[in-house]
Amino acid sequence: MNQPRNFIRVYVWELPVRLTHWINAACIVVLGVTGYLIAHPPGYMTATEASFGYWFGIVRFTHFVAAYTFVVALVFRIYWAFVGNKFARWRSFVLLTPKEWKEAVRVAKIEIFQVSDETIEPLGHNAVSSFTYAVLFLLALFQVISGFGLYAAMSHGWMPGLFSWVMPLFGSEQTLRSFHYAANWLFILFTVVHVYMVFYTDYVDGHGGLSGIISGWKFMDKRETAVPVASQSVPPAK
Amino acid sequence: MIAPVDISKRAPTIYEQMVSRGVSRRDFMKFCAWMSAYLGLRNTGVSQIAKALETRRRIPVVWMHFQECTCCSESFIRSSHPIVADILLDKVSLDYTETLQAAAGHQAEEILQDTITKYKGEYLMLVEGSVPLGADGVYCVVGGKSAVDTVHEVAAGAKAIIAWGNCACAGCVQAANPNPTRATPINAIIKDKPIVNVQGCPPIAEVMAGVLVHLLAFDRIPQLDHLGRPKAFYSRRVHDTCYRRPNYDAGLFVESFDDENAKKGYCLYKVGCRGPTTYNSCGVIRWNNGTSYPIQSGHPCIGCSEAQFWDNGPFYQRIANFPGFGIESTADQIGMTLGGITVAGLAVHAAMTNVRKRHEIGEQPGENAEAAEKSNQEADKGGAS
Repeated sequence: MNQPRNFIRVYVWELPVRLTHWINAACIVVLGVTGYLIAHPPGYMTATEASFGYWFGIVRFTHFVAAYTFVVALVFRIYWAFVGNKFARWRSFVLLTPKEWKEAVRVAKIEIFQVSDETIEPLGHNAVSSFTYAVLFLLALFQVISGFGLYAAMSHGWMPGLFSWVMPLFGSEQTLRSFHYAANWLFILFTVVHVYMVFYTDYVDGHGGLSGIISGWKFMDKRETAVPVASQSVPPAK
Repeated sequence: MIAPVDISKRAPTIYEQMVSRGVSRRDFMKFCAWMSAYLGLRNTGVSQIAKALETRRRIPVVWMHFQECTCCSESFIRSSHPIVADILLDKVSLDYTETLQAAAGHQAEEILQDTITKYKGEYLMLVEGSVPLGADGVYCVVGGKSAVDTVHEVAAGAKAIIAWGNCACAGCVQAANPNPTRATPINAIIKDKPIVNVQGCPPIAEVMAGVLVHLLAFDRIPQLDHLGRPKAFYSRRVHDTCYRRPNYDAGLFVESFDDENAKKGYCLYKVGCRGPTTYNSCGVIRWNNGTSYPIQSGHPCIGCSEAQFWDNGPFYQRIANFPGFGIESTADQIGMTLGGITVAGLAVHAAMTNVRKRHEIGEQPGENAEAAEKSNQEADKGGAS
């Protein structure tokens, strides 16, 4: 790579994608923190009467509100996976063909193990991150199902009622709770790796991934022989 | 008052049996009122129960014992109202039960055979204990027959089955990992009969009585939840009916059993209370004539009316050991370990990036900001001139 780099600005992340991304991010943080607090409430010695305090109730309430918000965002994102642009489509998250799996291995060699000097053109997600987000989606689905499965017992709402079949599947609520709680750790691991990887790609390839999820625009290396930018990546006319 | 009848000519009703045992009408009505309250019936439920007990013939009952400790029977005979025990144990209905019957040996087995053939399709089967399926069921053999054979044989002609206690409902301690005898609850063996799961280790005596009275009086299965437990007694968590609940919502917790918070009677959540995941009536009906229940006595609920409660230990720890991993490894320890490995991996990756991707990270040809600024200014000037 010795010739000057020439970037063009391309619209990759549509507004609904960016919105759901940040709503999900906020929800995951809130759910993770409150979830941890519910499992490990901090103890303090006090002379206060119970009737004067409700902080643990508020922590739980926050957890439930964030859970509902997360579900709504998730459902909307699923809808958008069918109507959004190429980078938002469900197909871009799923590795189906052997070619796509080979690409994932190639990306891992370049970006994770760094044993290859080839370059990748990640306008949207690369094959490894696609795979990761697909797994994260399943994990989110599991958290929603197990969470509302736990919630169903203390709610008369129709929505949690849809999940009343979950608990018998796990045998007991305590078991279900263990799984729901353990999955929280996977979210923490994901968040650590995800944030690191965003910083990493931004640092290394200069495609502006970090700002892209705020503005929607990314930067693509333009080559002499570059194919015209796909029409889908042009922003809607103002 | 019902006129005395000659009960030798036909099978007596339950009420007639009671009267012949010296129960007064007043005590009988008190009992009916009491039971309808437990079952959550309306005021009119009292007369319904009274009428049903007055008119219904005795329902034959066989009470089977398999892998269990008899704590369900023990609990039942300590029921706070003597009539409940009388209904069954004074042979108003009970035809067979290994632990309390006078008969023994062939005589006892003969009674069982008599009952299940004579009252085929009419009798109630009460089961205490789980059934071992391992090694062809050799771990539990009564009268030369394995428990699993007996269960199939007796259940075949039963009108309905009541599974007493955690053993019969979920396998209890003998089904805990690794379950060497393959102890199996009744509902996993018998699929074609209505089964009422009366959970608990043991169940509360009044709950057992309530379920029995419901079946005897109304001749139908009480409303059950998704785990087959009567909703009247198992629809709420111990947590929801706990008098310490306000402390939970206020975040006031016992940290250890000898601290100030324990003396103040704060919530036992952090010392392992399973109340939030346990469905039972302990907080309402309580035990031993409504004297107390574990939490009231300062001990966390161990969740004895839930499946797998032995495997979700330790009892005094909020977060249970994670299934499938070693003893003493909770999700937290596993999570922390994975987190440590991840962070270390990322640190290595970050360091490696600065070495291996040096050529990409550094300034590339044409990326000098000052030069670019200068060339833009020159272009502007060129454009202006």
